[in-house]
Amino acid sequence: MSIAELQAYGYVVALVFLTVALYAYIYHLYTKRKDSDGHDYEEYSNMALKDDITDTPVSEKPKKK
Amino acid sequence: MEDRPLEYDYSVTRLFMMNTIFVGIVGMLVGVILAWQMAYPELNTFLGEGLAEYTNFSRLRVLHTDSVIYGFVLSAVWASWYYIGQRVLKVSMAESRTLMILGKLHFWIYFAASAIIVVSLLMGITTSKEYAEFEWPLDLGITIIWLLWGAGIAGLIAIRREKTLYISIWYFIATFLAVAMLHLFNNLEIPTYFGSGGIGAWYHSVSMYAGTNDALVQWWFGHNAVAFVLTTPIIAMIYYFLPKESGQAIYSYKLSLLAFWGLMFVYLWAGGHHLLYSTVPDWVQTMGSVFSVILILPSWGSAINMLLTMKGEWQQVAASPLIKFMIMGSTFYMFSTLEGPIQAIKSVNAIAHFTDWIIGHVHDGALGWVGFMVVAAIYHMAPRLFNREIYSKSLMAAQFWIQTLGIVLYFTSMWIAGITQGMMWRAHDEFGNLAYSFIDTVEVLHPYFTIRAVGGTLYLIGFIMFAYNIYKTTSAREVEASELQNASPMGA
Repeated sequence: MSIAELQAYGYVVALVFLTVALYAYIYHLYTKRKDSDGHDYEEYSNMALKDDITDTPVSEKPKKK
Repeated sequence: MEDRPLEYDYSVTRLFMMNTIFVGIVGMLVGVILAWQMAYPELNTFLGEGLAEYTNFSRLRVLHTDSVIYGFVLSAVWASWYYIGQRVLKVSMAESRTLMILGKLHFWIYFAASAIIVVSLLMGITTSKEYAEFEWPLDLGITIIWLLWGAGIAGLIAIRREKTLYISIWYFIATFLAVAMLHLFNNLEIPTYFGSGGIGAWYHSVSMYAGTNDALVQWWFGHNAVAFVLTTPIIAMIYYFLPKESGQAIYSYKLSLLAFWGLMFVYLWAGGHHLLYSTVPDWVQTMGSVFSVILILPSWGSAINMLLTMKGEWQQVAASPLIKFMIMGSTFYMFSTLEGPIQAIKSVNAIAHFTDWIIGHVHDGALGWVGFMVVAAIYHMAPRLFNREIYSKSLMAAQFWIQTLGIVLYFTSMWIAGITQGMMWRAHDEFGNLAYSFIDTVEVLHPYFTIRAVGGTLYLIGFIMFAYNIYKTTSAREVEASELQNASPMGA
């Protein structure tokens, strides 16, 4: 098998993998609706709307000890 | 220690914002001069024969493209980053001395490098790679500037209070990573003086790629410079400024996430469409075309998400010229991301390539989408930077309509000119002889070149009105913090 053929097979494999990954991600977003922290994805819009420095973060970063 | 409440620090934002307006006027003015030169070639010597070297089209063209892309747009992107970054991460730059130093170094080194670039381009010192004309010492300087920004992004993210990164931050990160990669690989070059043991100018270099390889790398870079300088950071801006100004949550945050990954997946492959019918492998050309057409989906995903964010609130579009700029910008984004893929189809490209239709396409994206979003971003930020209302709403509205008319004149004239050119170049008689010589097309195109110059002039006039409005805003009526929550306060 020549290097060009290897490249072509590699290209097809990468294309299929990335397409499946992208659609799996879309499926995940719309079925689970929430991320691993339990926040509905739509809540994250509030990061722009409530962005004063005194506003409570949508998902607070745990403080380091 | 002082016991003052914590506030966002906009000193770096302010510097970049001023630079945006200044370079915007210069870059657009040069563009307008070029447009008039195209219509009336005698203007190539408008400062006399003695200075013709510095005023001719070929010397000024690169100054126009580079100052608008890397001066005007990048300054606006960085003004927005130093504003949005703090706000959505809920952390102030003032909390870290290091971040403040990095931010200021970022601006001042960038400002100094920009000045050197202007001088070197006017002197005709270039690598002759389109949109990457800077010689190797400047390429190294650009790398440092880019790394300073990257360090600032990483630092601000490291000390954030908000755990999740808002969608705009993702787009800024993508901009940083992609441009870093594009800049490094496209500018791999050998300084000839050092490579040859002392021949030629010390600053001169030659690309490490040659022939077809150089073309492939160049257009992988060139197209993705459009993607990651003129698209992703502008999406970052609209995802913050439109919801904030209108007080409306993004229509679908999930759609913003999948449009982001879709865009990342597809965009990097589309550059081959610049090399259709050239000596690059056929499959690269086909891939460039196919990925360009697929690119409609993620592009429209973001644009439709923005339009739907105004659902039930369309009276705001009528009432606020600031929101008009963003909605028109988003519409132009949809329009140019449909037009681009159409031009990338091989049979269409056979007519469109090398014609003015491409210039028209570039400018309905650059003037309509990028320019309008930059204007909207600065109109939104200015009251918050100066704690004052925008000086004049009616001036802003007048600017909007003058610039919109300018864009329409620009792209319609370039459509007609481009398709006319494409058809005339192909036309032949029954024996296969070309029906027209090149000068025949130039004569036919003259009126359209004039219309384009008028359109560009209108856009520049609008931009000067904008600069005046922002200048007057710095001394307009002072406002309370409560007036700055969503819709920006505007004087009559």
